[in-house]
Amino acid sequence: MLDATYIALIPLLPLASFVILGLFGRKYFKNFSGIIGTTSLFVSALLSLVTAYQYFFVSGKLDGVYQKIIALKYTWLQFSPNVSIDMGILLDPISVMMLVVVTFVSLMVHIYSLGYMKGEERFPTFYAFLALFTFSMLGLVVSSNIFQIYIFWELVGVSSYLLIGYYYDRPSAVAASKKAFIVTRFADLGFLIGILILSFYAGTLDFNTLIERLTNFESSQLKEIATASFLGISALTWGLVLVFIGGAGKSAMFPLHIWLPDAMEGPTPVSALIHAATMVVAGVYLVARLFPVFALSCPAALEVVAYVGVLSALLAALIACTQTDIKRVLAYSTMSQIGYMMFALGVSGYYGEDGTGYMASMFHLFTHAFFKALLFLGAGAVIHFVHTNEMTEMGGLRKYLPITHITFLIACLAIAGVPPFAGFFSKEEILVAAQHHNQLIYWIALITAGLTAFYMFRLYFSIFWNKEHHPHGEHHGEGPATMMIPLIILGIGAALAGFVPFNKLVTATGSILETEFHLNATTIMAVSVGLAGILIAMRLYKTQNDLPERISSSLKGLYRASYRKFYIDEIYLFVTKKIIFNLIGRPAAWIDRNIVDGFMNLLGSSSQTISEEISVMQSGRVQQYAAYFFAGAMGLALLFIYIWTK
Amino acid sequence: MNDFLTLMQSELALTLILFILLIVKIGSEKMSNKSLLGFINVMLIINLLIGISSLWMQRPGGTLFSGMFITNSLILFEKNILNLGILIISLSAFDWLKNHKHLTEFFMLLIACVIGMFFMISSGNFLIFYLSLELATIPLAAMCNYDMDKRISSEAAMKMIMSSAFSSGILLFGISMMYGTTGTISFTELPQLLDGSPLQIFAFILLFTGFAFKLSVVPFHLWTADVYEGAPVAVTSFLSVISKGSIVFIFITTLYNAFRYYADLWYNVLFLSAVITMTLGNFFALRQQNMKRFLAFSSIAQVGFILIGISGSSSLGTTSAVYFILIYVFSNLGAFGVVQMISSLTGKERIDDYKGLYKTNPFLTWILTLSLFSLAGIPPTAGFFGKLFLLTAGASQGNYVLITIAALNMIISLYYYLKVVRAMFMDANENPVERIKGSTPANAALIICAIGIVVVGLISSIYDYINNIANFGF
Repeated sequence: MLDATYIALIPLLPLASFVILGLFGRKYFKNFSGIIGTTSLFVSALLSLVTAYQYFFVSGKLDGVYQKIIALKYTWLQFSPNVSIDMGILLDPISVMMLVVVTFVSLMVHIYSLGYMKGEERFPTFYAFLALFTFSMLGLVVSSNIFQIYIFWELVGVSSYLLIGYYYDRPSAVAASKKAFIVTRFADLGFLIGILILSFYAGTLDFNTLIERLTNFESSQLKEIATASFLGISALTWGLVLVFIGGAGKSAMFPLHIWLPDAMEGPTPVSALIHAATMVVAGVYLVARLFPVFALSCPAALEVVAYVGVLSALLAALIACTQTDIKRVLAYSTMSQIGYMMFALGVSGYYGEDGTGYMASMFHLFTHAFFKALLFLGAGAVIHFVHTNEMTEMGGLRKYLPITHITFLIACLAIAGVPPFAGFFSKEEILVAAQHHNQLIYWIALITAGLTAFYMFRLYFSIFWNKEHHPHGEHHGEGPATMMIPLIILGIGAALAGFVPFNKLVTATGSILETEFHLNATTIMAVSVGLAGILIAMRLYKTQNDLPERISSSLKGLYRASYRKFYIDEIYLFVTKKIIFNLIGRPAAWIDRNIVDGFMNLLGSSSQTISEEISVMQSGRVQQYAAYFFAGAMGLALLFIYIWTK
Repeated sequence: MNDFLTLMQSELALTLILFILLIVKIGSEKMSNKSLLGFINVMLIINLLIGISSLWMQRPGGTLFSGMFITNSLILFEKNILNLGILIISLSAFDWLKNHKHLTEFFMLLIACVIGMFFMISSGNFLIFYLSLELATIPLAAMCNYDMDKRISSEAAMKMIMSSAFSSGILLFGISMMYGTTGTISFTELPQLLDGSPLQIFAFILLFTGFAFKLSVVPFHLWTADVYEGAPVAVTSFLSVISKGSIVFIFITTLYNAFRYYADLWYNVLFLSAVITMTLGNFFALRQQNMKRFLAFSSIAQVGFILIGISGSSSLGTTSAVYFILIYVFSNLGAFGVVQMISSLTGKERIDDYKGLYKTNPFLTWILTLSLFSLAGIPPTAGFFGKLFLLTAGASQGNYVLITIAALNMIISLYYYLKVVRAMFMDANENPVERIKGSTPANAALIICAIGIVVVGLISSIYDYINNIANFGF
């Protein structure tokens, strides 16, 4: 068995550093706070690796199947004799993998920020927030209880709100953090209701028990939840779809993605942490966590996951082709790649070879963490150098930023799916899974793969090639070693992560999935589509020319629609401003004016003169109140006497 | 005699304080306000400690005066929540009262009012219920008038007394019809005698309006905004937390025990009222510009949530409501404490005045943020757990329409609570509230609230404890 005490330290160390830095950072550790945070995370990351080693190679297996091990369980609240909220640590292949990913990427971001955020006035606060976020994310991935996951889910939301809004004196950052918070809260509402439905029928909050009961066709719980229906759809489907909505909100799936691009207002290392590797994949993780229920008991909900995923992947890739802010390109690219992971889950089955999609999705989550974090950190180095986010103002930077250039190129090759870089293997598996399951999804995914290669290399060439760079003023170099080391480490990861044998480690059932790799049409198609994308981008953007202009003007309507992000923000504005405001807000205001305030304006409003207030007192408002009171009482009485005696 | 002393100890302790204050008032003209306040606060702390220690000793419950007065662990716990509440209010009112001419009288009124509430929570029949309700109301109207040089304060008091009189009249009417149809006023005898006749239902509805008025359930809430705005902040916080809390406690007891025959009926009444109250309360709160009025309307919305919990009609309903009130004491008094400090030291009460507060008063801003987060139910503050258990209690009846509406309302409320938070942290203000230095007791009150908000949610044994005594008292 695994020794639980050190596993508990993995999330607790960041918590401790949050408490220490949050309380005393600004007073006592003004300069050391970065070191403190980084050290604690370094230990966490080491412990995660030890845990992973122990789990995967020493004690996780029983009869060739990876077990779900409850390493720690503390009953936090006994709700009723059968239902309790526990705080625990659940170890299974995906949670162990996530532990490694989260601590590793977070460690890289911690190191990187030592250089990038240097000299910021609220440096200790930044590290405190980072630690809080890491703690919440780790608590989320090890949750053994659906309620624990919800609590940490919200905590992740709060800490990302703090991080996105870190530059609180910038109105756009503030607006972005608020938008992120409210949009994801909306989704979380769905999640909460979904949890209530599932746990109400399953009679438990514990993941293992819940999955066991809802996948066993003999169990009374499954029969009950599958037969209970609302609007013609079974309670099970409702529950799962609602849970998925929660996941879609955090993972920026269409149409709940609108917060992600704006969230780029946060500091760049934060984008690398939150919007590349950790928080945004929480939705994928959630679906994966409940995957047996999705796959075995409710394929309909899985279809929803698949189509939402593939639609998001395509839409985001289209939008990414036209954005000029480099961080926004990366944001849309993240959304697109997460769409990939989602639909890979959606097309997956549970047993045997059908489970390829699940394995591929987790694989892609793993490789994506490396290359996307690398892209964001590389973008941070570029922004650090040129002080702008606009790619039109960049170009020719390869001579000035050699390390960034090479690592960025590796990441681009990885995401474009060029062998032998990491993205190739995982994307390949996803496409294979999609092809087996659903031709439509496969073709959309293939187009998306081409688009991905195109926009990534558009980005790459625009930054590092294209026109010559004319540095104005002092040239301050590429950045300190603390910024370069993470780039190099992640670069190695992005190049090699594809060789991790995921089919042996992380599968839906826990046993080994036999997939032999052979060169076939699917592979050739995927790679050639990727190369075609790269070549087109090269032709258009490697040197300065007017081709992009000409193309964009000939495709004016589409380009504009894409540039304006398909008007989704506008639609939201329309709905909120026009419909919610006019249909709900206005009438509410009217009732308020006419019923509550009666014949006079708001009491206590500064424009009111005292004499008016006297006349108001004498006008008998209290009588009016009494009249409403009386009407209310009579209304209730009539209503209920009628109902009761009927 | 011994029974009398132990069972009524909470009431007796407060009565003793009341008499001590009377003697102090007559005897010591020279005592300064500050030392008086210190003296009173020490007495309230001792009172609370005695209360907690008697909870610790787990005295058995019992009845007095042939069933007119009932007490048990749950009731004792509820009384101590109120004791805690008045202590916090008294501490945070320090800045306001330190220069007030009629300081002692204020506390005499306050304590008389709380004694009324204690008897009300413990009442075993309609007669003592009605009498103690009045005892809890009339001093309140006088307290509303305590900003004596402000017209708005007098107006609040007038509105309070007029509306209360009206509501009491209707309540009394209901009680008398209840007596007319059943021939009893005892809560314990009532269930066997209820028969579901239309007249009895009518009587029940009238009784319900009496509670609804006190809880500001829509449409019986109209007095709330004016009175809350006009009254001094300390009184407003007393009204919105202590007064409401005490009514919730007795409301649960009467519904669950005396009226369990009408469980179907009051479930539907609560369902309807909860939906209307939450929704309208929220929409009104959306456009308020005055901080006190804003909190008043948001507290109306909170009551809607409490009604959902009560509608769960199980021991979970009781537990969740009592637990929520405990959290509500901390969150709302924290918010009011900050508003009070700013109002009494600068006179500013508008939300616009709070813009840029973080720049000048980070401590107050953080406390207010924490309180508002807790009121909005954002994890991991205690308010989240409070709301969650209320919703779970409500969901145990399987009514998802209600839960969905409640969840939507949580989102709306989140919007306006965050609006205030945003104003404090983000918005620029040319003329912000200047740097405030609150007195030590007032700051202590704020810190107590902050600790409460964080700790009550995270320490699950508090919930377990309430759950145990609620089952016992059931």
